[in-house]
Amino acid sequence: MPTYRELLAQTKAEIDEVGTPDARERLLAGEHGNPDAPLFLDIRELDEWQEGHIAGALHIPRGNLESRVEGLVPDRDREIFVYCAVGSRSAFGAKALADLGYTDVVSMAGGFTEWKRNGYEFTTPKTLTPAQRSRYSRHLLIPEVGAEGQQKLLSARVLLIGAGGLGSPASLYLAAAGVGTLGIVDADVVDDSNLQRQIVHSTERLGEAKVLSAKRTIEALNPDVTVIPYEERLTSDNVERIVGAGWDVIVDGADNFPTRYLVNDASVWHDIPVVHGSIYRFEGQVTVFAPGVGPCYRCLFPSPPPPEMAPSCAEGGVLGVLPGIVGSLQASEALKLILGVGESLSGRLLLFDALHTTFDEVSVKRDPACPVCGEHPTITEYIDYVEFCNLAGRGVAS
Amino acid sequence: MTAVRIPPTLRGEVGGERQVEAEGATVRELLDDLAAKYPALGAQVLENGGVAPFVNVYLGGEDVRTLDGLETAVAPGQTLILLPAMAGGSC
Repeated sequence: MPTYRELLAQTKAEIDEVGTPDARERLLAGEHGNPDAPLFLDIRELDEWQEGHIAGALHIPRGNLESRVEGLVPDRDREIFVYCAVGSRSAFGAKALADLGYTDVVSMAGGFTEWKRNGYEFTTPKTLTPAQRSRYSRHLLIPEVGAEGQQKLLSARVLLIGAGGLGSPASLYLAAAGVGTLGIVDADVVDDSNLQRQIVHSTERLGEAKVLSAKRTIEALNPDVTVIPYEERLTSDNVERIVGAGWDVIVDGADNFPTRYLVNDASVWHDIPVVHGSIYRFEGQVTVFAPGVGPCYRCLFPSPPPPEMAPSCAEGGVLGVLPGIVGSLQASEALKLILGVGESLSGRLLLFDALHTTFDEVSVKRDPACPVCGEHPTITEYIDYVEFCNLAGRGVAS
Repeated sequence: MTAVRIPPTLRGEVGGERQVEAEGATVRELLDDLAAKYPALGAQVLENGGVAPFVNVYLGGEDVRTLDGLETAVAPGQTLILLPAMAGGSC
């Protein structure tokens, strides 16, 4: 029977180790977008992890390593740097990973203790409460979210334009996901013709301001979320106060062109990405406008159609579930923007047809001549958007 | 023949069809053929010998404004998409 020391020595002889200086060098190389950067895997206990860990590391406690690693790291040829406090547990962890078929695993000798002693950077996460750990457990299991991502969501502020068809599912899913602050702009009250699709409201809320109805539903769903209601129509007069209140993302579910162009101009000037969605009958459009990075709404649609070619859903109708799909896509894009993961719809317009169940995509490029985000902007302050849309409709605008 | 996708707001101009066909070696020829077959559609979409500014035209998923405009050559199998903005959301 070997002693613990003998077993450790024997295990270390079977695995490869890396020193903390070399590990840090590889970490820093990874920060510059190197796709071959190793995955840092922290196998300490939760309380140790919460006191500080290497930024970007994946956390799987030693006791769950074998059972969870396959799901979280499906690529068995991925280069993995395992670490613990001093390099002993990580030696056993590295051996366990090799036994599971992982081909490129090293243990970081000296562990996190030496890492900190060397003065290398690390991050100390704000901790989630036990109730939050439980509520967001399915997020915590996803490497792209995890505790750090969940904290980002809890700290995030999203402004929703409209508490209607698109705003309903978008606000519900953002709230359920734990986006900490939701601003909602809508001047309407709940009408019985809304309830076929506006699932944030209910029959008992008829006649109630939509923003207050939405606030009640959302705060009942998730007490972590604060809703800031703006019971008003977004106009050139109030846009600075509302959009200027500090938002990470805007979810645009407006029902008219003047508001769409107003939201666009404000978002470009405030440098806030907009997740755009629009719907009509069976068809929806979704995209992301990322100021300075991708096109804006004016690059995509320099001028609105004339009124007779732009019937609203109130005139033309809409399948009730359609905004559920489009608004959920908007929520998904907003969450990705907050988390900084994946590939957004910036530069791509997604076209959904519920009647034929097709998704098509067209590319959208920045227009260097765009009057708002182009090289030589000609619109630099808020205009009369109602007049702009009426004139454009008569073919007067360029 | 090239498939042309018609937006919901213009389907009244083509007898309710979601997709129609037109012939032409360039986008301009396609649109002219379309206007000849469906004059009501042509009246909405074409303006001063070009495309109305509120209608985006995509060929093979690319905005023709970023290609060669109306002179863009049409390859077999490509789909032309006519797309005006839609406002609806909150309603």
